[in-house]
Amino acid sequence: MDKKSNQTDQARRRFFGQVAAVASLTVAPGVILQQVAHARSPEEPASDKNRWGILINTNKCAEGCDACVTACQDEYGWGPNGPETRSSDLQKAQWIRKVKLTDKQTGHVQTLPLMCQHCEHPPCVDVCPTGASMKRADGIVLVDKHICIGCRYCMMACPYKARSFIHEELHDQKVNAPRGKGTVESCTLCVQRVDAGRQPACVEACPEQAMIFGDLKDPESAISRELRENGGEQIRADLGLNTGIRYQGL
Amino acid sequence: MTVGQLSRQCILAAGLLLALPALADETGPLAVVPKPRAEANPEFGCVRPEEDMRKHHMDYLMVHRDDTLRRGIRTRDFSLAECVNCHITPKPDGQYARFGEKEHFCSSCHTYAAVRIDCFECHRDTPDPEKVRETAQQNPHRGLAADSNHPAGIMPVSATVGEAR
Repeated sequence: MDKKSNQTDQARRRFFGQVAAVASLTVAPGVILQQVAHARSPEEPASDKNRWGILINTNKCAEGCDACVTACQDEYGWGPNGPETRSSDLQKAQWIRKVKLTDKQTGHVQTLPLMCQHCEHPPCVDVCPTGASMKRADGIVLVDKHICIGCRYCMMACPYKARSFIHEELHDQKVNAPRGKGTVESCTLCVQRVDAGRQPACVEACPEQAMIFGDLKDPESAISRELRENGGEQIRADLGLNTGIRYQGL
Repeated sequence: MTVGQLSRQCILAAGLLLALPALADETGPLAVVPKPRAEANPEFGCVRPEEDMRKHHMDYLMVHRDDTLRRGIRTRDFSLAECVNCHITPKPDGQYARFGEKEHFCSSCHTYAAVRIDCFECHRDTPDPEKVRETAQQNPHRGLAADSNHPAGIMPVSATVGEAR
């Protein structure tokens, strides 16, 4: 190899090195952001730097499909195959349900999954006499069953009918879902999955990828980008609850 | 620690709780506390020494439940599910003893001491079938116990007693 080609070689190497450095810089922020948004060490508490939400595209939500509902039932052990044997269908837990909307004029049919909307200003928390109904720092609305007295004020206050009450003694609950007689429960946004950097079970199960889970406070998250570009509505936005669950195509 | 020693400890605790020291008599009925399935001793590692757990487990659990549910802190040391994964009693029919049966780890002492707990009205009283730890090798604390800097490592009882709250 002569001297000139050797120099060229070095110049090429420098060039590729620089390109690689730039490329890693441009790739790295996205990657790192993703990690910050999704992975938290077990010792670290949930923080108000995040606000978790789901964006649901009702145009992709197929009529007759209930993959999200069955995924939730499998994950938390409620529903027709759940441990509740003596409760009526109206009494049984319903963490997430499929709702069908028909436009009477045009006959257009839409379906959408409806669950706890994880409001910023949750009426269930307002009315709870014991503080059991609570909102975590990252916006996830939960029931602290340790101090729930089963008064069901929250069930009446919720405009989305998202909460249910357990009417009978239960056994063999799922480890992730302690459930017992005399307490109210609802969608937890799969809080233990979120804490582990995973997606909620319904989002994961949707065969149409109609649901996007993410951090509403991170402007670069997929859900924020989609909301910014194509918008998204709240159900009963007139109530001013600022829900964490948003819908497109309503 | 043998079952006999453990029983005597429980008798003592029960006697103090009920303010009936007369019951703390070797001739009284003994609470039979089953050994944890995995070897949960300081060497293989319950998360705290036995003496400390016996006295303070309720405080640890109470703090942990609020930390986990309300703040999202999901450390494993005082997670009830992790306790249940080790403290299990298999029965001849292949099932695990349930809370309320005298073989269940928690029942055995709580029945004897007449202290009613409602943990298992909601929480599962038997281990997650996928996470049963039959041997010390499967005990997650065993690895931690090797590290003397970790709370699960071997530590003097005096260092932990009374720091629950």
